[in-house]
Amino acid sequence: MSTLLQIHEPGKSPVPHQGDATLAVGIDLGTTNSVVAISTENDVAVLKDDDGKALVPSVVAYAPDGSAIVGEMAKRLLLSRPDSVVSSIKRLMGRGAEDVKSLGGQLPFDIEPHHEGESHLVRLNIAGHTLTPIEISADILRALRDRAEAHLGAKVEKAVITVPAYFDDAQRVATKDAARLAGLDVLRLVNEPTAAALAYGLDKGAEGLFAVFDLGGGTFDVSVLRMEKGVFQVLATGGDAALGGDDFDHAIADHFLKQRQADRGEVTLSAADVKIALMTGRLAKECLTSADDGEWMLSIGDEQSKHTLDRDTFNGLIMSDVDRTIKICHEVLTEAGFDPLDVKGVVLVGGSTRVPLVRQKVEDFFGAPPLSDIDPDQVVAVGAALQAEALTVGSDTLLLDVTPLSLGLETMGGLVEKVIPRNTPIPVAKAQEFTTFKDGQSAMVIHVVQGEREMVDQNRSLARFNLTGIPPMTAGAAHIRVTFQVDADGMLTVSAGEDTSGIEAKVEVKPSYGLSEEEMSKMLYDSMKHAKDDMEQRFLAEAKVEAERAMLAVRSALQVDCSLLSVSERETIGEQMDNVIDAIKGTDRDVINQAASALDKATQAFAEKRMDKGIRDALTGVSMDRLEESVVDGAKEGEDA
Amino acid sequence: MNDASLQKTKTSLKACWSCKGPMPATALFCSTCEAVQGPVAADHFVRLGMERTFDVDVPALDRLYFDLQRQLHPDRFATKAPKEKAHSQQQATALNDAYETLKDPLKRADYLVHLEGVDVLPEGCNLVQDQSILIEAMEMREKLMMADTMAALNDIQRDTKVEVDDVLKALSLAFKGDDIQGACQLTTRLKYLDKMIGEVRQSRARLMA
Ligand SMILES: [Zn+2]
Repeated sequence: MSTLLQIHEPGKSPVPHQGDATLAVGIDLGTTNSVVAISTENDVAVLKDDDGKALVPSVVAYAPDGSAIVGEMAKRLLLSRPDSVVSSIKRLMGRGAEDVKSLGGQLPFDIEPHHEGESHLVRLNIAGHTLTPIEISADILRALRDRAEAHLGAKVEKAVITVPAYFDDAQRVATKDAARLAGLDVLRLVNEPTAAALAYGLDKGAEGLFAVFDLGGGTFDVSVLRMEKGVFQVLATGGDAALGGDDFDHAIADHFLKQRQADRGEVTLSAADVKIALMTGRLAKECLTSADDGEWMLSIGDEQSKHTLDRDTFNGLIMSDVDRTIKICHEVLTEAGFDPLDVKGVVLVGGSTRVPLVRQKVEDFFGAPPLSDIDPDQVVAVGAALQAEALTVGSDTLLLDVTPLSLGLETMGGLVEKVIPRNTPIPVAKAQEFTTFKDGQSAMVIHVVQGEREMVDQNRSLARFNLTGIPPMTAGAAHIRVTFQVDADGMLTVSAGEDTSGIEAKVEVKPSYGLSEEEMSKMLYDSMKHAKDDMEQRFLAEAKVEAERAMLAVRSALQVDCSLLSVSERETIGEQMDNVIDAIKGTDRDVINQAASALDKATQAFAEKRMDKGIRDALTGVSMDRLEESVVDGAKEGEDA
Repeated sequence: MNDASLQKTKTSLKACWSCKGPMPATALFCSTCEAVQGPVAADHFVRLGMERTFDVDVPALDRLYFDLQRQLHPDRFATKAPKEKAHSQQQATALNDAYETLKDPLKRADYLVHLEGVDVLPEGCNLVQDQSILIEAMEMREKLMMADTMAALNDIQRDTKVEVDDVLKALSLAFKGDDIQGACQLTTRLKYLDKMIGEVRQSRARLMA
């Protein structure tokens, strides 16, 4: 194995020398396991526990007092105290209860009934505590942060977190909210296959057209990327946000339960029974990765049953799921205009790619043995850590990603009008114009959906909002412009306006299954001692960065045009700069903002003098030519490059 | 010094949003304080620094695009002030828009005729009403409906691709000869062919399932 993966004992890791301000980790928040890694000068360390284990099972147990136990310990409690343990919570992120697969009519989660006035977010009952998937994910993230802090001996507040490429906006928002609850500032959400490609590209020097086949515990992604010196360009991506190794466990559990039912008649299962059955299915799956057959005991209630399973039967159980992944690969390649043979290599990511049938089918489809020389369970965290370093320390690497799903609006008759098609490079902004269909219509409902289907109800509803105050006009006269903007994290903002009247409405898309701002503040207040002023901390950090930017801009201007000022003018500006520097050292946001605006005021006359001088210089001719040249050069430069 | 030259000077200079000093209006970064600037209004060719032509060398386009994204992508500004982040996002968005349009021959042709003041709408061209294009499209659709084997679909796909290549060659000549009417007509044809390829793809997927 490469130098990428090293074991670092807690407290003995080489502490990055950039100082705490730039300490940023990479986190793979997985369905089954999570991993945290850090990169220093492109050398990645996957952070391990005292037993040398890098994987943190994404399992959380809740003690009676509500405190969370995360990882290996919680996993051990799963069989003995299933009621107080929750796993595979990623499948519920940004989702409703109706999206969860049941086993024998029973969900592996105990879901609270929805109360009037609450958001549609799922609420789980775990050992008497009511918790949302976002809070549970936040507990996992906190454990990862704790691990990183123990290793590095310093506070960790910034992270790059990976998400499945196929995650929709609601799922991305939920992930960001969880990070915020855990006190982590998300520098960037990176798509898991893209992170894996980054790890292969930077560490293994992979170049050319590659496919990344990422089958995790609960999600499947496939991305086609072009990789060349320092550029990672995603050309197309596809997947299924509810297809993964969990489904293999599910298939085995279902098989065993059917055998049991055939033997002893109908059985009703509790949520705890389902968890035990799924756990048994999982053990069988892992065993059949190397063994040809095996025997398992399923103990539900007081009754034990014995089940045998061989590789061929197992393959039969999961065949349709595996075929589906290959079908998606075919679709994604076709969409990108490629043939399987055009692909130079296929990178395997995710623990479920260890299943022999999966490997075989991938190899058959792409016609080449797949790459897995970086541990498929750790490669995503490695890529995330590399990107975290690139974002904080700087780098020439370029990650260009795309939208995984089309974004659109509901139009007449429940049809979807696509505004941004899938596989569009991000960031992107697109506007669509609509009009009123009734005379005097004063309001319009804007319904934002994500997905590929033609009808609204077959796609995921992201948000619904009302544009009101449209002045009375005849039908068809209003010009309503809806603008979709997707940032580099793949997060959507929608704004709408009426052109003739200038009415504007802007919505941060808060999905139906997300947290409201009030719920978020309450959770922050309830759950974190140090971050009840989380918002204030954020504002403070932003104010500092902004004040520093303003101060440095004045400093640059002085270096160039200081001769335009008298000694006393220079002194006044200098004093205001010192005030900003002092204010930044403190923690009072108002003081910082005041100092910054005082500096702005003190430099207004200076700015005018500089503009006057610029125009004067330009008109003297010489520099005018120089200016024009530089503009033209700018355009030429690109061509020659 | 006349009014015209003063006007020209004023439009080629602007105040940097960050240090407020003078800078060339079209520069990406301020030469004094290095702050990234918001995107200026420019056509896609100018934005990517290339000559206006239908015959785009795609690998060269890729390089221009990568070089500019390397400087402007939001990943370069992750630790910068919110205003700089916002400018970088707008710049990267404008670049993606330009790149997406110029990379694809159909979108590029569409855009070039649009720059000439002509719009080719999905339902056809507003300049040329050519019955033969419609008839050709109808014939193609009939052939597709009859095709019920993979081999038949592959044949249609191959024929359509050959036609696409012919249309692209003709488009190149039309644009070179400033024949906007001809270009508009060919763009309309290209739209039908492109739709056809999409439909063949869907039929193949249906047949495979
Ligand atoms: Zn400046």
